[in-house]
Amino acid sequence: MTNREVILGRIREALKIAAPPPTFHEGSPGPAAPLPTSPQKWLPPVGGTLEEQIELFRRNAGELKAEFYACAGVDEAIQFVKQLATTGGWQKIGRHHGKLTDPVARELALKEVLTDHGYAVKDLESCDAALTECEALVAQTGSVLVSAPGAGGRALSVLPPHHVVLARQNQMVPDLGAALRAVQEKFKGRFPSFLSFISGPSRTGDIERILVLGAHGPKKLTVLLLP
Amino acid sequence: MKTHARQFNESARHYTADLHHRNLIQKALDGYYVKRDEFKSRFQSWPDARDLAAEIKWEAVNHLDRYLDEFVSRLEARGTKVFWAPDAQAARDYIVGVAQQHKVRSVIKSKSMTAEEIHLNDALEKNGFEVVESDLGEYIVQLRREPPYHLVFPAMHLTRRQISDLFHDRLGSEPTNHPEELTMIARRVMRRKYCEADMGISGANFAIAETGMISITENEGNARLTTSLPKIHVALVGIEKILPKLSDLALFLPMLATAGAGQSITCYNTLYGGPRQPGEADGPTEFHVVLLDNRRTELLADAEQRDALHCIRCGACLNVCPIFKNVGGHSYGTTYQGPIGSVITPHLRGLQDWKHLSQASSLCGACTETCPVKINLHHHLLHNRRNAARARPAPLESLLQRGFVFVMRRPGWYQLAARLGRLTQPLQRLIQGTVLDPLRAWTKTRSLPSLAEKSFRDWWRERKAP
Repeated sequence: MTNREVILGRIREALKIAAPPPTFHEGSPGPAAPLPTSPQKWLPPVGGTLEEQIELFRRNAGELKAEFYACAGVDEAIQFVKQLATTGGWQKIGRHHGKLTDPVARELALKEVLTDHGYAVKDLESCDAALTECEALVAQTGSVLVSAPGAGGRALSVLPPHHVVLARQNQMVPDLGAALRAVQEKFKGRFPSFLSFISGPSRTGDIERILVLGAHGPKKLTVLLLP
Repeated sequence: MKTHARQFNESARHYTADLHHRNLIQKALDGYYVKRDEFKSRFQSWPDARDLAAEIKWEAVNHLDRYLDEFVSRLEARGTKVFWAPDAQAARDYIVGVAQQHKVRSVIKSKSMTAEEIHLNDALEKNGFEVVESDLGEYIVQLRREPPYHLVFPAMHLTRRQISDLFHDRLGSEPTNHPEELTMIARRVMRRKYCEADMGISGANFAIAETGMISITENEGNARLTTSLPKIHVALVGIEKILPKLSDLALFLPMLATAGAGQSITCYNTLYGGPRQPGEADGPTEFHVVLLDNRRTELLADAEQRDALHCIRCGACLNVCPIFKNVGGHSYGTTYQGPIGSVITPHLRGLQDWKHLSQASSLCGACTETCPVKINLHHHLLHNRRNAARARPAPLESLLQRGFVFVMRRPGWYQLAARLGRLTQPLQRLIQGTVLDPLRAWTKTRSLPSLAEKSFRDWWRERKAP
């Protein structure tokens, strides 16, 4: 017998005795109302319009100590990133090719590490910032959903100390469920090996539960929303 | 040899008298309560969200064979190597084998309680591999050669001063009083390790059957680096981590963050569905998923306590437990501390050796009330007490109980006993807590209430008399 058969055998044997369903447990008020197919009804509320969702995203990102700015167009985004580069004293950035990253990077005219076809870890590690696109922005949580193909791989969005995300308005979704549905539709079962919800800059509270930003990943996260 | 029960009692006695420790833990948890309640209140209905979460985990655990099969076949379809580990030894051997086969030099690890459960680091180190814990709290306790103090906050028992001294001793860093500087010291050490390591080991918070992915929740970014840079990624996953659908995460990610850490959402919630795929920029060339049973199926076979496998290891039950807060995480002597640890450890490591943990409870029910997946924790402690007594009866105790029942059901005997009690109580006071006291185990730290000079029955009779 293989290990697989051993474990599945143990499971099937164990499950021969039925367990009481959770709503009938001792101490429970009794059978609950029929369950909704989506948890949205119980999760924090999200407005229906784009404006409401942008506002909610702005509030949540602010709480998570991320910077959020809605740009009027690509030119404004370029100016914004240039400003970040000057104040941050950027010498070198990591990025991937994309419809949004290309025009911004062209204007920045800094040394670059392009990750699209592989890179040396040391090169990426010494970058001052990372410029990526994303799959979705989640209003309910202030999260950015990135994927391996859509954000230059796994490490680009976590290794450099400042992560700048460029997103389109039509990427704003109300909640995590909608973001997951969006990638399910986009990749149609051929998922990338990596998807990540990023919610603010990297953080830790492991020392006396005091919040410190920039634990292992970026110390700063900037999200720029383009029309 | 000290029994586990004796070790627990001694350690608990030590910690409960340590006011500094209690204040430190209470202070850390006070901040957590405030944030947890704030984010709970943003849910449109936390109680309904809990019902749904419990329902989803019930579905997953009660059809575990089907969902595991689905999970594994989808993972394998995209080039992941899956190993089914019936016990800890098999899991350790497999992971050490992968390291040997690839002539790995250094291993970086992100936080995994399942790896603690099987003592993976010891096994790797015994075979000559250097293992570095990358989560800050885990790194701190690793440097101290201690187990994690708490499932989620491994170093919550230490002050910044202690951590500064530790880093000074072990890493040669300048002493500092700032958590931020201490974090940066660890960050610098770890950056080097990430770039050097050729194998990354992680746990998993959820295993998604529908899409064949594992989901890892973290705040620091250490798990993301652990799973991005080294050429091999091994994920150790308990078989109970299954969720049926990808969309279930929309509920579980916010609930885990809120219940576990008092956050609306944790910083990184990442899904891994395979090794680096064609056209992707980076990622490991090999991805191994080790599915661990290690007596989880024995817990599964106990239908009454099966819901203990719903646990998402958020640690919320520890944070509200009066026992945990007083005896501290290390007293348990288990991988999983607090109420959930007291419930599952007897199943995972033997009922008779660990039954004392069922008594480490005030049965207040705070754990059951706070559990985001509605595990019936404090009742399971009673179930374990009952099972332990059934399997190994204590004749003296049951004789006493039977005597008690006999007296309580007979008014005449009851009155006689009360009268005797009133007579002997002054004598008991003289010997209370000494070796002569038959009730010493109880009265050493407690006084019995004084019996009234006159019983209610006598008083009533006199009052009614003309």
